[in-house]
Amino acid sequence: MQKEVIKEKSMVLQKEMLAKLFKDLSQAHETGKKVVYTFVPGNLSELIHAFDMLPVYPEINALQSGMRKKSGDFIRDAEKAGHLEDVCTYVKCDIGMMLNGNIGPTGEKLPPPDLLLLSYTGCFTFMKWFENLERYYPGVPIAMLHTPYQEGGKITKEMRDYMVEQLKQEVIPKMEMVSGKKFDESKLAGILENSARAEDLIVKIFETTKNKPSPIDAYFAGVYYIGPINTGFRGRPEAVTYYETLYEEIQERVRLGLGPITPEGEMEEERFRLVVEGPPNWTSFREFWKLFYDMGAVVVASTYTKVGGVYDYGFRHDPKRPLESLAEYCMNCYTNLNLPQRIDLLEKYITEFQADGFLVNSIKSCNSFSAGQLLMMRQLEERLGIPVGFIESDLVDPRYFSYSNIKNRLDSFFQMLGQRKIIRGQMEMEAVV
Amino acid sequence: MKKYYLGIDLGSTTSKAVIIDEQDNIIGRGITNTRSNYEVAAEIAKQSAIYNARFYLLQNRLSDIIERHPEYRRYIKEMEDAFQYLQFSNRLEWLRRQLLQTAGETAKSEASHHTMLAEVERITGEIQEEVKVDYLERDLGSKSQFFRDIVGEKYNEKVSCLSKELFEPMMLLFDKSINPVENEMISFQFKHLVEESMALLNAKYANLADVGNADESVHFDAELNLLKGNYQRVSDSLKEHINYVSEEEFHIAGMVGTGYGRALLPFPENCIKSEILCHAFGAHAVFPNTRTVLDIGGQDTKAIQVDQYGLVTSFHMNDRCAAGCGRYLGYIADELNISLNELGPLALEAQKEVTICSTCTVFAGAELRELLNVGEKREDILAGLHRAIVMRAMSLLARSGGVRNEFTFTGGVARNHAVLKYVSELVRTNYGQDLTINVHTDSIFMGALGGAMFARRNIEVALPEKKKKEELEEVG
Amino acid sequence: MFTEIQPLIETCKQTAFDLHFRHAKKWKAEEEGRILVGYMPIYFPREVVHAARGLAAGILGGGDRKQIIKGDAYYQSYICHIPRGIIEMALDDNLNDFDGFIFPSICDVIRNLSGMFRMLGKGKFVKYLDFPQNFLPAVGGAFYKKELLHVQDELFKINGYRPGVEALNRSIALYNENRALTEDIYDIRQQFPWRLSYEDLYCILRAGLAMPVEEHNEILSEVLDYVRQDIGEPMDKIKVVVSGAFCEQPPLGLIKSIEIAGCYVVDDDLLLGSRWIQGDIDARTDDPIGAIVDAYLTQSAFSSTVYDAGNPKEARLIDLAHRRQADGILFAAPSFCDPALLDRPQLQKACDDAGVRYISFQYSENTGQFKVIKEQVGAFSDSIKLWEEAV
Repeated sequence: MQKEVIKEKSMVLQKEMLAKLFKDLSQAHETGKKVVYTFVPGNLSELIHAFDMLPVYPEINALQSGMRKKSGDFIRDAEKAGHLEDVCTYVKCDIGMMLNGNIGPTGEKLPPPDLLLLSYTGCFTFMKWFENLERYYPGVPIAMLHTPYQEGGKITKEMRDYMVEQLKQEVIPKMEMVSGKKFDESKLAGILENSARAEDLIVKIFETTKNKPSPIDAYFAGVYYIGPINTGFRGRPEAVTYYETLYEEIQERVRLGLGPITPEGEMEEERFRLVVEGPPNWTSFREFWKLFYDMGAVVVASTYTKVGGVYDYGFRHDPKRPLESLAEYCMNCYTNLNLPQRIDLLEKYITEFQADGFLVNSIKSCNSFSAGQLLMMRQLEERLGIPVGFIESDLVDPRYFSYSNIKNRLDSFFQMLGQRKIIRGQMEMEAVV
Repeated sequence: MKKYYLGIDLGSTTSKAVIIDEQDNIIGRGITNTRSNYEVAAEIAKQSAIYNARFYLLQNRLSDIIERHPEYRRYIKEMEDAFQYLQFSNRLEWLRRQLLQTAGETAKSEASHHTMLAEVERITGEIQEEVKVDYLERDLGSKSQFFRDIVGEKYNEKVSCLSKELFEPMMLLFDKSINPVENEMISFQFKHLVEESMALLNAKYANLADVGNADESVHFDAELNLLKGNYQRVSDSLKEHINYVSEEEFHIAGMVGTGYGRALLPFPENCIKSEILCHAFGAHAVFPNTRTVLDIGGQDTKAIQVDQYGLVTSFHMNDRCAAGCGRYLGYIADELNISLNELGPLALEAQKEVTICSTCTVFAGAELRELLNVGEKREDILAGLHRAIVMRAMSLLARSGGVRNEFTFTGGVARNHAVLKYVSELVRTNYGQDLTINVHTDSIFMGALGGAMFARRNIEVALPEKKKKEELEEVG
Repeated sequence: MFTEIQPLIETCKQTAFDLHFRHAKKWKAEEEGRILVGYMPIYFPREVVHAARGLAAGILGGGDRKQIIKGDAYYQSYICHIPRGIIEMALDDNLNDFDGFIFPSICDVIRNLSGMFRMLGKGKFVKYLDFPQNFLPAVGGAFYKKELLHVQDELFKINGYRPGVEALNRSIALYNENRALTEDIYDIRQQFPWRLSYEDLYCILRAGLAMPVEEHNEILSEVLDYVRQDIGEPMDKIKVVVSGAFCEQPPLGLIKSIEIAGCYVVDDDLLLGSRWIQGDIDARTDDPIGAIVDAYLTQSAFSSTVYDAGNPKEARLIDLAHRRQADGILFAAPSFCDPALLDRPQLQKACDDAGVRYISFQYSENTGQFKVIKEQVGAFSDSIKLWEEAV
C-alpha cells in the first residue's frame, strides 16, 4: 500500500518560487525585464539580480526536459540539425528545446536571451554551448567570464584579480549596457548578505545526514534542495525563508528519528549509507532513485549537490568584498576543483558521514566529472578501505540509461555491502573460534 | 539427516548446478545448454547434479575398497560413462520420434516423406551405435559435451553425403526437431538406469573375456585386466551400495540462484544473489589466496576484486553489449562453420596475430569475411580475435583495480586454451611474471559453487520490501 | 640533380614516433642543467622553456604504437583515446627523465589528466596552463603573463637559471624562423603538393616536437630547398583542408590513406600547436614574455579551444580554404572529442553557406582499418572532380 505523500511546506514554497520565476520570464517581454542566460556552476545570480534582470539556466531546462521525458526527442532534433552523437546531451537537449519553440518546464514559453552570460566554470563544454547559442541568437551580446581552474588546489591572488578584472571590464559593462542600469555595488552587497545566510543554512541542512538514520537523502532529494540556491534565488529573501523552513522540517525529522522521504513515502530502515560522486540520470530519475530506497540505501553526501558551489569549507559570499567573493565563489564550484581536492572532499564526506559505500555514477556526457573518476575511486578505496561501486549512465539521453544493466550492478553492489557486513562478522567469529 | 546445499547459475549459454555438503565440498555438478526456459534449465541442471552426486557418494562409500582394488574405480567410472550413454540414448529416442513426426509435417511429397522416414531411421540407428562405442570405449563422457553438439555433429556428417535434394530437407528437419527435444525434461529412475548401465558393462566385459589377450592394448591395461575376470564379483558387491546411494534422499537445506537469468528463477527473492558475488565466492573457495577474479561468460565479462574472505570489494563489468564475451566466440564459430570447441585449438596454431579492430558481435562477421578475402589465414585471424577479446577483458581488469595478487580465471570461456594463453601472457607481462594464475577444470561451475556456499551460510538478505510484505500480512 | 630527401624523412619519422623520446633525452643528457618538459596538445610557447636551456617536447599520445592495458583503468570507454596512451606511457616509464609536464587548457579530459599526473607524482612539476579566454591585454593578458612567469619559476627551481631578455629574444627568433620555414613549405605545397607527400610533411613537422628547434630549423631549410625544385608530376587529385584533428592525432595509415584516396592536403590543424602564432613574435622588445603574451592575444590561430566571439572560427576556416585554393574540407575529428565535435555543426553550416564542399568522419588514434574512410574520401574526391568537369 502506498502511503499518501504529504507535501512538506518547503516543497510548496519551492514550487511557488519557481512558478513565479517562470511566470515572470514568460512576461518579460511585457514587463520589460531583461533576460540573462547563464550556467549553474559559477552563476552570478546576485549580480543578475542587482541589475533587476531575470536568469534562465539552460542546464536546468535540459534536466527538466529529461525528467519530463522530452529530452529524447529534443536530442534527436538537435542531431538532425547536425549535432553529433558523442557530445554532451545537455547541449543537444537545450538546442532541441529551442528548435521546438523554447517551451520551459512549466509549459510557458521562455523568452530569448538579452544577454548570454558565459560563466565558464569547471566545464569546457559551457563555452561551446554558448558559442552555439550565440549563432542561434545573432546579435545578442555575450559576456565571457573565464573562471581559472584550481589547478594547484588553491585560489591565488592572480586568479582572483583576473576574475575581478573580468567582472569589471567585461561582465558588468555588458550588464549595464543590456539593462540600461548603472552598477550599484551597495545593492549587490545587500543581496550578498542574503546569499551568505542561505549558504549557512544549506551547509547545516546537508550536515543533518550525520544523524542515524539520516533524515534526508543528500542526492536524490538533495537535487531538489539545491534548486533555489542554484537557480537564481541565492541572494533573495525567498531563498532564506525556504531554507529556514526546510531546515526546521529536517530538524523535526531528526527529533522524531525519521529517515528520508522518498516518492513512496518514508524510508523505514536505513541499511546502507552511501556517498555518491557524479550527477544523477534525469530521464529515469524516479526509477533510479527507487533502486536505492527499495534497498534501504540512503545517500548521506554527494558531490553533485556541490556543482553550484562548495560551502563546506567555510566560503560565504561577503558583502564587504562583493566582487572578490563572487570571484571566489566561482572558483570554488565542485567541478573547478582539481582531482586531489575532489578526492579530499569525498574522503571528508565518507569519514564524517560514516558511509558504508562509495558509488560513482559516471556520466557519459560529462567529461568534467567523469574523466578521472576511476582513479578517484581507487584512491578512496585504498585510503579508506571502503567498498566502491561504479555505474554508467547519462544526463538526459534516454538511450544511455540501461535499467537492467544498472539494476544488475546496483544489486551486486548492495549485496556486496550487505554481505560484507554479515559474512565478515561470521568469518571473523569463525576465525576466533 | 545430512544437509546439502544447491547453487544454480543460470547463464546465457549454459545453466549450471552444484551441490555441496556441510563442509563446502562439491559433491555434485550438473550442466545443461537447454535454452527453453530458465525453470526447465534449472531443473535439468539440478537433476544431473543429483545424479552426479550419487556417483560421488558411491565413490565415497567405497573409498577404502577403491584404494585397495583399482578395478573398482575403473568400474565405477565406466558405469558413469554408461549412465551418460543411456541418458543420451533416451534423448536420442525422443529425437528419433520428433524427427519422424516433423518429417510428416515438412515433407513435400509422399515419396520424399517415405525417403525421409527411412533416412531418419538409418541415421539415428547409426548414431546410436557410434555413440555407444564412443561412450563405452572411447571416453566420450569425460569430454562433457552436450547432446546437441554430439548429435548435431554426427547428423551433419551423415546428411552431408546425401544427395542435394535430400540434404536441404534433412537439415531443416533437424533444425526444427532439435530444440523441443533438447528442452524436454526427461526423468530417470537413478537406480533403474544404473542397473541398465551395469548390464551394459557386464555385457562389454563378457565379450572382452572371450576375446582374450588378442588385443594388445588391452594387454597393457592393468585395471582392465583385473576387471576382465572379475567384473561379475565387482558388480555384485556394488549392488548393495548402489541401492543405498539410490535411496539417499538429498535434503536440500538451502539453495541460491544466480547468473544472468536469476531474476526469472521461481525462487524467493532472498535466495537470489548477484553472480558477481557468487563467482568470486566460489573461486575464492577453490583458491583461497585469490584476490582478483576474471570471469568471462557468455553474455558478460566481470573483473572482481575480493578480500581474504572471498567477499567482493569492487567489480567491473563490460558495458552495454556482449562484445568480447563468450557469445562473440559463438558467432565467430558459426561464421566459420566450426564448433565452439575447435576455436581455441585452431587459434593456437597461428603463425601470427591479425589485428582485429572490432570485438563487436555485429561487425565481427563482416570483418572476418573481409580478412579471409584478403587472404589472411583462418588460424591467424582467430589468434587476433582471441587476443582482442582478452584485451577487452584486460581493460575491465584494469578498471576494477588491476591484478593485485593471486589471479583466478573462471567462466565457460576459461576452458578455451587460446583465451587462457593470452590472459596468462597479458596478466603476467602487465602485473608481474611471478603471479599465480589459477584455472580449475570446474571453472564453469564457480558461480553455482558460490551460490551453494551462500546457501549454506543461509544469509538472509533482509529486503525491506519483503519485510513490508510480511508486516502487511501480519496486519491482514 | 635533385637532392635526396628520403633518408632525412626517415630520420624525422623515427624521431617523431619514438614514444621514448630518445632524441630529446639524449639532448638533455649531453649537458648539465638542461631541462626536458613535456607538453600536451595544442599550443605551448616553447620559447619560454628553450630560453631556460630546456626543450619542450610535444606529447601526442601513444597513437597506434602503444598497447593500452593500464590506461583503461583511468578512462571510461566513452572518453577519447589520447589520454589512455599518455597515462600508459607515464606508467610505463616512457616519460622518465622529463622534468615537468604542461597541460594547456583545451578540454576537461586534458585538464583532469593534469590531476592524474599530479596524483601519480610524475615529473618535478605539473602545470595546468590556463590560457585566458579574455583577450584584453590588461585582463587576460595580465593573467596569462603570470601563468608564464609561474612556468619560468618552475624551470628556475630545476636548473637555477633565469633567462634574460636577450636569451628569450633569441629563443623567440628561433621559433619565428621555425614557423616561417613551415609556412613557406605550406605555401609551396599549396601550389605543388606533389613535391612532398602529406605523410612526409607530417613526419617532418612532428619530428620538430621532439628535437631542439635549431636542429629542426636546419631540417626545414633542407626540406624547403627540396620542395623549391621542380620535382614530381601532378596527379589528378583535389586539394583539401583537414580540420578537427588538433589534439589526438590520426594514425599515419589514415594520413596516408587520405592522399592515396585522391586528396592533396594543403592545410590542416594536425600539429596546430607548432603553427599557432601566425606571423612573427616581436623578438626585439625589452619584455619578451610580454611579446609572447601579446602574440597569443592577437595572432593566435583559430581553434575549437579558444573563445571566438568577435572573430568567429567558421569565417576563418572558410577564409583558410579560400586562401589555400582548396576544393573542399575534410572534417576529421577523434571520437569523443568534445571541442571539435561541438564545433562541427557551425563549421559545416558555414561551409554550406559559403558553398564549400566537405565530408566528415571520426577516427581514433589507434584505428587500424581505413577502408571506409578511404572509400569516403575517394568518393568525395571523385565527386568534386566530376563536378568540376561538368562545370
